[in-house]
Amino acid sequence: MTVTTTGLSGGLPEDAILTHAVAADWRAAITLAGDLLTTSGVTTSAYTAEMLAAVDTLGPYIVIVPGLAIAHSRPSPAVLRAGMSWVSLETPIPFGNSKNDPVSLVLGLAAPDHDSHLGIMSALAALLLDADALAELTAAESPAQVHALLVAFDRSHSDRSHTDSSLEGKATS
Amino acid sequence: MKIIAVCGMGIGTSVLLKMNTEKVLRTLGIDADVEAADIGVARGMARDAEIVLTSADLAPQIGDVPATVIVIDNFFDLDEISDKLTEALD
Repeated sequence: MTVTTTGLSGGLPEDAILTHAVAADWRAAITLAGDLLTTSGVTTSAYTAEMLAAVDTLGPYIVIVPGLAIAHSRPSPAVLRAGMSWVSLETPIPFGNSKNDPVSLVLGLAAPDHDSHLGIMSALAALLLDADALAELTAAESPAQVHALLVAFDRSHSDRSHTDSSLEGKATS
Repeated sequence: MKIIAVCGMGIGTSVLLKMNTEKVLRTLGIDADVEAADIGVARGMARDAEIVLTSADLAPQIGDVPATVIVIDNFFDLDEISDKLTEALD
């Protein structure tokens, strides 16, 4: 069992989180998310171009919730393992999505196949349904604070879903 | 009944939409098989599906399929998913 990637805090270490980020446009914002995926060892830098190409080709459909974009591409050689990055923007940016603009939080997502990231996705789905937790996280001041809130969210979520993930040894705290 | 959640890549937003659709179907007491798919394979899969769920940007790219294509604006508004599914199934 891949315990380290089951919760959001496992998939989003502090070095994959940026707060108060400044980006001129959606390309710059996605590039920041891609840079974090690269520096945290989730992807090679080629994945950033793949995420940008996805929006160029298919449109800004990645803004699936008001204020939130999930930047991602498909499994490719540029993906080293499943993981995410977090970029909360100082100033919200339009992505061209008529319903859900502007975007204040960009999540980068990479998956090496169709299954190994499902634990993270399940935790992410729980977070996006929890408006209070999401608002608190979006307003968090620092990567350390975001990560601490994610650890707390994982703990309460796993309690609720009676999955014992107390052995999650990779958490940095 | 077969329902397909479609996104561009098949690993991200469609997986989230599938999870939320399954949640809504449980609440509605509807038994259905929900699959996530990328836009490339969705057209073929939609041939034997009743309903296709996707975003406004991708809906036109699915083209002419026998399935009912539903556009979801907010993938985490369970009420929106529930209302639009209920309407399509009536």
